[in-house]
Amino acid sequence: MASDALTSRAGGRRLRSPRTGLTALAVVLSLISIFPVLWMVTSSFKTRVTVTDGNLIPKDFTFDNFVYVFTEVPFGRYLWNSFFVSAVITVVALFFHSMAAYALARLRFPGREKLFGAIFATLLVTAPVVLIPLFLVARELGLLNSYAGLIIPAVFNAFGVFLLRQFYLGLPRELEEAAIVDGCGHWRVYWNIVLPMSRPILSALAIFFFLANWNAFVWPLVATNDQSLTVVQLGIASFQNQYTSNWNYILAAATVAALPMLALFFVFQRQIVESIKTSGLK
Amino acid sequence: MSSVAAQQRRRTAAPAQSPASADTPRLSRKHREWLAAGLFLAPDVLGLLVFVAIPMVLSIALSFFQVSGFGSYQWIGLGNYRRMMHDPLFWDSMRITGEYVVILVPVLFCVSLGLGLLVKQKLPGVGVYRTALFLPYVISLVVVGVLWKFLLDEQTGVVNRAMRAAGFDGESWLGSPSLALGCVIAVMVWVMMGYYMIIFLAGLQEIPKEFYEAAKLDGAGPWTTFRTITWPLLRPTSFFVLLMSTVAAITGGLDLIFVLTNGGPANGTSLAIFYIYQQAFGFGEFGYASAMGSFLVLIMVVISAVIFKFTRGGRFDDGE
Repeated sequence: MASDALTSRAGGRRLRSPRTGLTALAVVLSLISIFPVLWMVTSSFKTRVTVTDGNLIPKDFTFDNFVYVFTEVPFGRYLWNSFFVSAVITVVALFFHSMAAYALARLRFPGREKLFGAIFATLLVTAPVVLIPLFLVARELGLLNSYAGLIIPAVFNAFGVFLLRQFYLGLPRELEEAAIVDGCGHWRVYWNIVLPMSRPILSALAIFFFLANWNAFVWPLVATNDQSLTVVQLGIASFQNQYTSNWNYILAAATVAALPMLALFFVFQRQIVESIKTSGLK
Repeated sequence: MSSVAAQQRRRTAAPAQSPASADTPRLSRKHREWLAAGLFLAPDVLGLLVFVAIPMVLSIALSFFQVSGFGSYQWIGLGNYRRMMHDPLFWDSMRITGEYVVILVPVLFCVSLGLGLLVKQKLPGVGVYRTALFLPYVISLVVVGVLWKFLLDEQTGVVNRAMRAAGFDGESWLGSPSLALGCVIAVMVWVMMGYYMIIFLAGLQEIPKEFYEAAKLDGAGPWTTFRTITWPLLRPTSFFVLLMSTVAAITGGLDLIFVLTNGGPANGTSLAIFYIYQQAFGFGEFGYASAMGSFLVLIMVVISAVIFKFTRGGRFDDGE
């Protein structure tokens, strides 16, 4: 091992171990990765004059930008809209997806594999490509410019069904069988046995769904034009167009939109990472 | 097992029972299971049908119509496709998409694989690096766009400040078409590398430790170990990452383009998906945009098939 480390370094300098070099590399890359975010957050506490001064730490620390963002624009309303829409999508989606996944993994009925194949195939249809017909369908159904329009089309995504089905396939069958022999209906098996057992994956997916929907931009952009329905991502985009060079305000608004997700990320890191890992492995 | 036995019993017992008897269910167990499955599946199947499957079919159908105003559809056959063939802006956007994908996907692949290998090592504080490298992924592309517009500003941006401090001239990052496309790619790599890093990390952790121990005993260096163990065994993960990042590159990034460059300068970052969006929602050309969208899907299917063939569908048990 030691000789490898030496020969792989062109300079041939005596390194204590390759680990030192790798650690240094990891530190540098980590800094590059978080630096822009850090810069955004600290800059949002600067004034109009110093926001572009090139210092990381604000010399004239101020909260005024945040006050401005919340008083000049209905930013509170935007945040609420995003929160409400994302939360409802997450709850409804997980409920429907886990039901479907349970049926696909545990119930026997003719055409099960074919149906699963068909559901899986919809994963290949990526949202932006069907944006136009989706818009026309939503228009026909009278869903434009409503919470329903922001929520309902975003619920249906086979990704959740797929991951939950994989999880349910791995659950031990004994508990369920015992319950069925005892005369439990399928609903009770699902509600009282399967759902409680799937709490870890449900919480991982919940955070993932919430994050994705909080960050959603394109569908809200085409589905709404009413300010009372503006979600936070649309809010920042139009705020940026309005206050072109007032970076202190724009960055404060961006920070407000990013902070809840950063907080969520720090609290639920494990779950987010788990949900990503499962999505890649299966 | 027991359930099969129970079914058998019920099947033989059922005809003998009177249908009116109070304590027997009217449906057999098998049929109750079918009914339950139907009810469990109904919301998702209906939703996927209405909001995914039908729009997909509709997209192709729409491409044969001239759509104007509210609900006025006129069949024009291949008219939209003919128009597409002669639309230089569309081909520009396809060329830009091509450049974008051809640069972004390999760079993203290598960077995330490198990061995955790095954070798989038992380094002191490795959890912190994983967190830091993954962090940009949780921020929305709109915020990312706003942020990088600020950092890349020609006059006041930090990037140019740093360059000037190091003795270089500042660049007009978002002001020249080729640099702007490069910036979009770099920003995308910065956002997505943490996500694919995690996926690579998961794939790397699936590789049995014994293989590495054996390689070590054989005196294999890091490069040989990577080439003979890690790379072949990582094939399913590589397949997944290649496919996902290619599809995401072709169809995603609208939000970032909107905020960071708005397709400019001089249409230099007008990716196909952006041009299609503009035609549909800017000019109401739903039919024309659908034709271009269908063409894009066709290209995506071809690319996916190529990746599938190239990586043998991510299988590694093909007895090389």
